Amino acid sequence: MTESTESSPIRWPQTEGVRRVPYRVFTDPAVYEREQERLFGGRSWNYVALDAELPNPGDFKATFIADTPVIVCRNREGELNAMVNRCAHRGALVCRELRGNRAALQCVYHQWTYDLKGNLTGVPFRKGLEGKGGYPPGFKTTEHSLRKLNLTTYRSLVFASFSDEMEPIEEYLGNEIRPWVDRVFNRPVKVLGYARQFIHANWKLYVENVKDPYHASLLHLFHATFNIYRANQGGGCLVDPKGRTSIIRAWRRAEQNDRDVDGMALRTYQKGYQLADPSILESRKEFEVELTNSINHIFPCVVVQQIQNTLATRHILPKGPDSFELLFTFFGYQDDDAEMDRLRLKHANLVGPAGYISMEDGYATELVQQAILRGGGDSSYIELGSDGDVEGRDENLNTEAAIRSFWRYYRSVMEI
Amino acid sequence: MSVDSRQARWVVEELLAAYVDCIDNDRLEDWPDFFIESCVYKIIPWENLSQNLAIGWVLCDSRGMLQDRVVAHRTANLYAPHRYRHIVGAVRILNCADRIIEARANYLVVRTALDTVRYGTSEIYSAGEYQDRVVVENGKARFVEKIVVADTARVDTLLVTPI
Repeated sequence: MTESTESSPIRWPQTEGVRRVPYRVFTDPAVYEREQERLFGGRSWNYVALDAELPNPGDFKATFIADTPVIVCRNREGELNAMVNRCAHRGALVCRELRGNRAALQCVYHQWTYDLKGNLTGVPFRKGLEGKGGYPPGFKTTEHSLRKLNLTTYRSLVFASFSDEMEPIEEYLGNEIRPWVDRVFNRPVKVLGYARQFIHANWKLYVENVKDPYHASLLHLFHATFNIYRANQGGGCLVDPKGRTSIIRAWRRAEQNDRDVDGMALRTYQKGYQLADPSILESRKEFEVELTNSINHIFPCVVVQQIQNTLATRHILPKGPDSFELLFTFFGYQDDDAEMDRLRLKHANLVGPAGYISMEDGYATELVQQAILRGGGDSSYIELGSDGDVEGRDENLNTEAAIRSFWRYYRSVMEI
Repeated sequence: MSVDSRQARWVVEELLAAYVDCIDNDRLEDWPDFFIESCVYKIIPWENLSQNLAIGWVLCDSRGMLQDRVVAHRTANLYAPHRYRHIVGAVRILNCADRIIEARANYLVVRTALDTVRYGTSEIYSAGEYQDRVVVENGKARFVEKIVVADTARVDTLLVTPI
């Protein structure tokens, strides 16, 4: 870390604290640099994969932790490993493909070869040729492994960390939020497909978005447009006391008729638009605790989403201070029947880059990024709801408490 | 009606020309009529198709779902204003021996921004292939199935206007 980034580049409003967020945290390259070191490179469990993406020994996946290229692979013993995707010799990318299966990992530049745990196993011309050249006698392959990362799994989720002093993932997820992760990852999953969006905005604007229940019915007008009656919708927002995890949930209130619950229990007004094909609203009960929407953020960069019968992780991949990629990995359960497969595909129309109730999220973050480019010392205004609303379990969607809790934790990690 | 491959090519070329003209000139209300009632319209990234993964960005299995997409486009969804120009490559006829013509054509969509920040900027938005099944009924050709296979897996911001 350089001198210039060591000193805090941001002056946070003293009185209001996290009820204001200075716009510069979304634009300043020095903040982005500091995040690489302290946040992504520090004591964070960074989501890197679903285990179902790597079912067999030799399977690998190339991904990123912020700017750092990372390999996740399953070794011959069936265990998962994560390494920095950078040859220990001269720094070239070792894994050049997004995914595949290999017996070993080989850098193409000088063919240094590593096993699936990242140990260096082969170096061409190590002893030179005909007595000339080669590495000095003291050369030890054991000293030139790929940079290995700390790896952990929680049910189907795979996380990696640059820190070797991480608390167990169970503790990281927190007692408040972990049961909700368990709810979705209750049995083995299968990958149904990917969707990628490139968003021209700072990654933290998207984190704010997934902790913001206020915008749901105001920005996303799908339900309102088609007069899909949602007055019976209940909702709530829970945060881990440390601020690393949160969940926004929406449900149908219990007083609705059982008769209605088979479908989406949605009533429409007699005027205005109606869906020509309402099949997109048919859903099937599959969880003990029924929710129509569940948006679960795990610090720093993954969201676990259940909307009707669509399930996905949303991996936020920062690509510089003013852009990020949003990678949806849609999944179902290995024991899904054909009807459930069909429902999950149909409900995928609701989310992703063309999702009826998600396409606006990335766009909204861009509208912010475009306007704050020269925000000077200005800050956003995050006063909705009281923090007691969340900690007191008052089920309420008109609150920005989860956003504030994110910023509290962010500030402590970043020391700004 | 069965057609020879020259006729089939002509039918599909005419259909595709009218189809992209409809989208590029913002007559989206007419767009569902390019499909039969029980149609399939999907936009799926090649990334998924090549791995036998079924998820796409848009997965419609009726003309009604296309109509709903248009209403949402006009009324519900929020996005930066833009225009498309579709460039469709040579049509290849795979099969026209049966009632349904199977055809392929490459496409390119150039999107021009009309928002305040990027106004007038044109960029390649999507490159890929149309995998079409077309039927001619009562003298009118329509898509029975249109699978848009997008090589461009990384969607710039969002997808709201059909391809």
